Amino acid sequence: MHRLIKPRSLLVLWLAAFAWPAWAAMTIEIVGGAGNRIPVAVVPFAASGTADNPAEVVAADLERSGVFRLIDSRDAGPLPSEPQDVRFPVWRGKGADAMVIGQVLPASGGRFEVRFRLFDVVKGAQLAGMSYTVSAQNLRAVAHKIADVVYEKLTGEPGVFSTRIAYILKRGGRYELQVSDFDGYNSITVTNSPEPLISPAWSPDGSRLAYVSFEEKKPVVYVQNIFDGKRRAVASFKGSNSAPAWAPDGRRLAVALSKDAVSQIYLIDVEGGAPKRLMESPALDTEPIFSPDGRMLYFTSDRGGSPQIYRMSLDGGPAKRVTFDGGYNVSPALSPDGKIMAFVHRREGRDLVATMDLATGQTQVLTDTNHDESPSFAPNGRMILYATRVGGRGMLATVSVDGLVKQRLSQTGDLREPAWAPLRNQ
Amino acid sequence: MKKYAIYGALLSVLLSACAQDPAKTGDGADGKGQAAGAQTSGASVNGVDGSLLKGNLSAPPKNVTGILAQRVIYFDYDSAAIRSEFRAVLDAHATFTKANPKAKLNLQGHADERGSRDYNVALGQRRAESVNKAMGLLGVNNGQMEAVSFGEEKPAVEGHDEAAWSKNRRVELRYAGE
Repeated sequence: MHRLIKPRSLLVLWLAAFAWPAWAAMTIEIVGGAGNRIPVAVVPFAASGTADNPAEVVAADLERSGVFRLIDSRDAGPLPSEPQDVRFPVWRGKGADAMVIGQVLPASGGRFEVRFRLFDVVKGAQLAGMSYTVSAQNLRAVAHKIADVVYEKLTGEPGVFSTRIAYILKRGGRYELQVSDFDGYNSITVTNSPEPLISPAWSPDGSRLAYVSFEEKKPVVYVQNIFDGKRRAVASFKGSNSAPAWAPDGRRLAVALSKDAVSQIYLIDVEGGAPKRLMESPALDTEPIFSPDGRMLYFTSDRGGSPQIYRMSLDGGPAKRVTFDGGYNVSPALSPDGKIMAFVHRREGRDLVATMDLATGQTQVLTDTNHDESPSFAPNGRMILYATRVGGRGMLATVSVDGLVKQRLSQTGDLREPAWAPLRNQ
Repeated sequence: MKKYAIYGALLSVLLSACAQDPAKTGDGADGKGQAAGAQTSGASVNGVDGSLLKGNLSAPPKNVTGILAQRVIYFDYDSAAIRSEFRAVLDAHATFTKANPKAKLNLQGHADERGSRDYNVALGQRRAESVNKAMGLLGVNNGQMEAVSFGEEKPAVEGHDEAAWSKNRRVELRYAGE
């Protein structure tokens, strides 16, 4: 596998070329108790001449992760931006365990220097401090990086605030495959078509998207490089070609093809070649996904009379049924550690996002809307991105993996089919 | 259960086709031969006017009337069984396609909006394959047909109730070049 340009430098190019806000606002809904969330104060950065205060982006990122509870920094007297100005007893009194301060300073060439510090308020000690010099267009990206640092310092796990998502936007009778920051900003259109596009799936290195396009008046699986735009029809056999999923090696896709029977699962090389049928079933099999170690395949099948999720070993052996509760369980997605499966569970006519602990079989329904589809895990496994419908219009939403924090991404178009990109190698 | 229903429907399609069509020399026979027979008689076969059975058309004329103007087969929820009311439609298109070897039928399966988009591609495909199989039993050469699916992506009727859904669970018969 080759990479033309290093992802890190691409990010900068990409943000510089396509920086405009696509969505007006983010609606965050906290549904559960604040019990074990970390109380953190994000103090507005001392800034002049910038449209957005990075602290707003940092605070929104931390809140929507479901791991933090924001402490209001109003009524705290003069807001500190330098470490010597921080009066820890005041912030302890407000209940903060941690706090973030910072400033935005003008730098040469119309750029900005963004400095921030993270403190353990209880100990009165600094946990992190960094400085970045960027153009105005990259202030949001820096704010996401700061949120990543805060998240990692306080939880020990990587943050996902600098990641991207892909989704399909339907507008003006056309379908656009878009990629944006995880919060919906900085969207670019990767491809667009007058015919439907569905099922985007990220390659493990985040450089390519597999998806299904109906532009040939039938479903065909394409793989497209998001940086140079080059694409290839990987599965275009007689009948329907759908539901692409990347193998962890980034070289093969599992796909559902109808060339031999109604819908069966095959492995196919991304560079082309003959598909290899993985099993022969008399039923309809689709929606394959690989386990992170690449040894198991989860998929949807109606072989038992209703659509349910099954798994099979790629080393051989029979498929085993995974879901039993209810008559419609589809669209499996696995957490990056392979321990939790998210899926769509139909209950009383409503399609809901649920999770299953694969070790115990314990199932939890996370959402309470009606038309939830296409769950996709954040690369740190803490949030699930999914599509829902409000007022007849498709929207994207996230829910924390414990179900306590939900939010909708507000936007102007009709959105569906979200897929969360993997962490970039940096 | 579902399968038996499908086979039952197919069988009755087949039987009714044979019973109603004395001109037919047998299902699976060369379409050209039948076309010639139909042409000399000048009569309609399975509701298809003899003038359309000359063997050189790629699709029925746009202004065609009668049964051949019907292009949509509807399905019950989560079912790919062909309802008896649509037998005559399939008979007519099978007769036309067999008589016109240049005609290529695109059988486009569709599902209603409920549930997973990928799963609905498979459901639509199952419906398209069901029509494909029925047409095959009526003697249409498999090379003249392709069964494909649009899943839930191209609803015929916008709406979020059974009235809309029942119009969206369908197979559309489209001829290449139309």
